[in-house]
Amino acid sequence: MNLLNAIAVGLKEIWAHKFRSLLTMLGIILGVASLVGMSALVKGMENGMKEALIAIGGVEKVRLEENDIPSYQKQLADQAVGCTMNDVYALQQSAPLIKIVTPEMRTRDATATHGSKSYDPWIFVGTWPNALEMNQHVIEYGRMFNEIDDEQARNVCVVGVGARDALFGSPEQLGYEYNPVGEQITVKSQPFTIVGMFTRYESEQDHKARELAKAQPPEPPSTNGPARSRGWGGKRGGGFVFTLKNNTIYIPLNTMWLKFRATAGSNNIPDPRLSTMSVKVADVDKMDQAIQQAHNVLMHTHKGIEDFAFQTQEDWADSIGKAIKNARLSGGIIAAISLLVGGIGIMNIMLASITERIREIGIRKAIGATFLDVFIQILVESVVIAVIGGASGLIASMALVHFLSYISPTDNTPVITVNSMLIAFAFSVGIGILAGLFPAFKAAKLDPIQALRYE
Amino acid sequence: MALIEVRNISKLYHLGGEEIRALDDVSLDIDGGEFISIIGPSGSGKSTLMHILGCLDSPTLGTIKLDGTMIEKATPHQLAGIRNRKIGFVFQFFNLLPKLNVLQNVELPMVYSGLSSRERREHSMAALKLVGLENRSKHRPMQISGGQQQRVAIARALVNNPKIIFADEPTGNLDSNTGEAILELFRKLSSEGRTIALVTHDPEIAAVTPRRIEIRDGKIAKEVDPKLAGLNRIPAPALSANP
Ligand SMILES: Nc1ncnc2c1ncn2[C@@H]1O[C@H](COP(=O)(O)OP(=O)(O)O)[C@@H](O)[C@H]1O
Ligand SMILES: [Mg+2]
Repeated sequence: MNLLNAIAVGLKEIWAHKFRSLLTMLGIILGVASLVGMSALVKGMENGMKEALIAIGGVEKVRLEENDIPSYQKQLADQAVGCTMNDVYALQQSAPLIKIVTPEMRTRDATATHGSKSYDPWIFVGTWPNALEMNQHVIEYGRMFNEIDDEQARNVCVVGVGARDALFGSPEQLGYEYNPVGEQITVKSQPFTIVGMFTRYESEQDHKARELAKAQPPEPPSTNGPARSRGWGGKRGGGFVFTLKNNTIYIPLNTMWLKFRATAGSNNIPDPRLSTMSVKVADVDKMDQAIQQAHNVLMHTHKGIEDFAFQTQEDWADSIGKAIKNARLSGGIIAAISLLVGGIGIMNIMLASITERIREIGIRKAIGATFLDVFIQILVESVVIAVIGGASGLIASMALVHFLSYISPTDNTPVITVNSMLIAFAFSVGIGILAGLFPAFKAAKLDPIQALRYE
Repeated sequence: MALIEVRNISKLYHLGGEEIRALDDVSLDIDGGEFISIIGPSGSGKSTLMHILGCLDSPTLGTIKLDGTMIEKATPHQLAGIRNRKIGFVFQFFNLLPKLNVLQNVELPMVYSGLSSRERREHSMAALKLVGLENRSKHRPMQISGGQQQRVAIARALVNNPKIIFADEPTGNLDSNTGEAILELFRKLSSEGRTIALVTHDPEIAAVTPRRIEIRDGKIAKEVDPKLAGLNRIPAPALSANP
């Protein structure tokens, strides 16, 4: 008996017991669907986390922060200098494992105004032009301020879309993208010229949703009370990292220093300290050495007082990796167990089926079916159930993923991967083979005489 | 050389410490083209003998040579092939597969011998024609009478053109008229040169075959063979069984 025949016989047998077969398949369908669904959820989670990690500057970015002085150096506290430009120059010169150093100086209560509109940026910092690379910013309009702007402490700024939307109108309000380059804004009574604007930072999912919304005619504004902003938190999918980046205003470091800090220190003494400093290591694999190197350099500039600490994204990246791995493992195990249960269902039904068909098997053997013929017939039947179940499970998985994201919307769209589908399908076929082996063996080794006598 | 050479076979069963000799030192030859009946009371070992001759079962002792092959040396796989190509079985309870229609039942031996579906169809229709059921090919076994079912079983037995057909009480489950017709069919097949061994407990049925072997308690008790001149010679039936 060739394979095609065996498959035809198997299909006929399954069709003859439609309901029973369907129930059996259901185990496999649910198993496959949950395997693919689980993996899609995890994949979505992973994508979201990775997007955010990259948006914040990637793993190679390390922040230098002021830190409490260790207790054994407490008596030196009044000599601690904090992070200053000295550190920046020292690192640039003496730490070859560090590629970029970006100083940042902030000021409090920076409110930007334009005409009657005002806006509080989340980040208002004076920095170097290389902040663009450090923080993975992308210019949409205009340019980043440059070294000359910085040297001459010009009143220029580069803004995120959040500032533009608040001060000049968002595309949703205006119906078009407003280019704010050349406009004047005022911060703490200092006029600033906008020389550039960053692109809109958003998760992959938000991007798609917005593209979709753009393609459709705008809905009439709801007349539900006066117009109001609903805040950032409520905005679905507005990942914190992206919101933060969108609400950034950068000005040159020297501008910050001269226009705001030099006059506004406590007791009107100019405060030379940087708020933070970010460094980017040249090679992530040499993270430890690079930090050690930077540490050594800074210990020198800080007169041996360890009033600083390094903060890397490694922990974040590690915890992403760990969370993904755990989610994948536990999800995979649960789904695999449900597939296994489906397999046990198949084996159960196959055992019942061969018991019903002992006489048939005897007849087949009497007229010339070999061990292998019977073995393959039963095995194929089991595999056919698994294959049909597996294929239906793949279809069901799409419905399941839709259902999951419907009942519990997350920031991360679940992503069904081809890999997970292949694995789930292969797994279900494997389960079908495993489940069929024992019943097939049992049937094939039936003694024809006894089988023929069986009532 | 005989088609089947049986030498000193015995079949022993052990039931709760008791030894049952279902067959006890049986030897016989069957030539190609013979029409033979194996007769004996119930429990005498006829079916056991037929199963062993038909390669469904193996003897405890003794040797069998079928068409030149020593059966006891053959692997289970080879035995299946022999059953498939060289032997046709007809059973008392028809043993058709209820889920298949008449045509598919007749095709089944050819499925295992690996014929193409076109060939299978041709041969099956020819076999069904031979037993007079060509217009029932799409019926299920449950939709036709017992006699017709037995004809289908006969068609299935001869469709692979076997060397010998074994029929175990083929009329045992049929009324006498239908049984007559089935016997007539066997007679016709025999007259066309086929080798047939008929197993029965009924002397009247055994009377249709030229050669008769009587079994009692697993032993050959009496043999009537037209080839053996003189003794026990009975008038040959209307047809000549031996070429
Ligand atoms: N599987 C078996 N186990 C034990 N005894 C058996 C078995 N098969 C047959 N026998 C015994 O062998 C003897 C011959 O049986 P069988 O060949 O079926 O007789 P017949 O067909 O002539 O009626 C009987 O006594 C029967 O009980
Ligand atoms: Mg019997």
